[in-house]
Amino acid sequence: MTIDWASVGIVVVVATAAAVTIVLLVCAALVAVSPHGRTSGVDTPPPRTATGTVVAAVCLAAAAALIGYGLYLIVA
Amino acid sequence: MALTVMVVVVVLAALVFDFTNGFHDTANAMATSIATGALQPRVAVAIAGALNLVGAFLSVEVAKTISGGLVDEALINPVVIFAGLVGAIVWNLVTWFLGLPSSSSHALFGGLIGATWVAGGSGAVHFQAVVNKIVLPAVLSPVVAAGIAMVATYLAYRVTARAEPGVVSRGTKVSQTVSASMVALAHGTNDAQKTMGVITLTLVTAGILAPGSAPPFWVVLTAGLAIALGTYAGGWRIIRTVGTRLSDIRPVQGFAAETTSAAVILTSTHLGLPLSTTQVCTGSIFGAGAGRRLASVRWGVVGRILVAWCCTLPSAAAVGAAASWLAATGPVGVLVVGLTGAALALGIYRVSRRTAVTADNVTDLPRPADSDLAA
Repeated sequence: MTIDWASVGIVVVVATAAAVTIVLLVCAALVAVSPHGRTSGVDTPPPRTATGTVVAAVCLAAAAALIGYGLYLIVA
Repeated sequence: MALTVMVVVVVLAALVFDFTNGFHDTANAMATSIATGALQPRVAVAIAGALNLVGAFLSVEVAKTISGGLVDEALINPVVIFAGLVGAIVWNLVTWFLGLPSSSSHALFGGLIGATWVAGGSGAVHFQAVVNKIVLPAVLSPVVAAGIAMVATYLAYRVTARAEPGVVSRGTKVSQTVSASMVALAHGTNDAQKTMGVITLTLVTAGILAPGSAPPFWVVLTAGLAIALGTYAGGWRIIRTVGTRLSDIRPVQGFAAETTSAAVILTSTHLGLPLSTTQVCTGSIFGAGAGRRLASVRWGVVGRILVAWCCTLPSAAAVGAAASWLAATGPVGVLVVGLTGAALALGIYRVSRRTAVTADNVTDLPRPADSDLAA
């Protein structure tokens, strides 16, 4: 019996890398847009920073690019 | 019975199976989104249906796997394939009625293997291909998906621990909508192709297509439409099980689970591995539940699902074998098989109406007993 372990290995490695990377990118974006200093005792949370917004946009763009590249590989 | 009539009957049966595959597997993509409130039930199934149709056009790798290699095409005919489809449809309806997310793929493969075995003997089934392309992915895919989802969920909670909870909840709900849509797309690419493969196999055995042919466009279109309509119909019983009874799913977990499912299914589809999307998605949800807190997994429900998974292939094979034996007796036998299958389907549907699960009550309690929760 010949088991195609190479294909199984590719699925494990690629799926793990893709899923974990996308989840981390989105979570990093959420951290970046979260108001910081919420534990300082101030009633109203401080506004989000421009840097945070930019970081979130970059993270989400990277996640979208990763998804798009994956779909491209399937369709092409 | 004229061959062309039989081919038409098989194509129709394959499309009926595709429809059942759609509503049986709606939960794969949308159960967690519905459970967490990220999407309204009707909106969720509409999105899933549309993306299943789109996904059907993205690839034919899995269809090629189904239509070539699993059984000896020279030893079977459209009658055998019809019998296999009846076995798959009946098993899909039984598990839908019980609310169990069993594999439509395994029901299909089981039905075909059972019918082929009766018609052509054990030599007509390529067991090495069955193990390599079906059994192995079936065993590994839920384990792999659960492992990836558990890691992704754990990391997601660690990273978002510093973030404002309201932002995380809203953000992951939006992300979950995207990831659920990707699962629906992936489902279309993988599962619609299985029906395409069966119809292509029928056309090959009838001599209409050459062996090794890719599915014609009309096959891709009709298979895509059938699975999309089935998905839109919504398998609410299974959505309830997967979304609310397997684990207490939060938006972060739903996002991690669906991202994992989409990644695993799309990667496998690209390599032509016809894995069970149901098992991948259920494994991901299980892993996401364990990634937050192991005790949030309802082990009693998991156990019942595992039993259904183990029974699916042999049960569908048994029904397919019986149908094949009866259908081989001639046109009357084929008619009896068809009418029996239709009567069973109607009976299951009518009984299901007594305890109807719809878009309006899909997330209602009761939840499982406390004894199902791990200590």
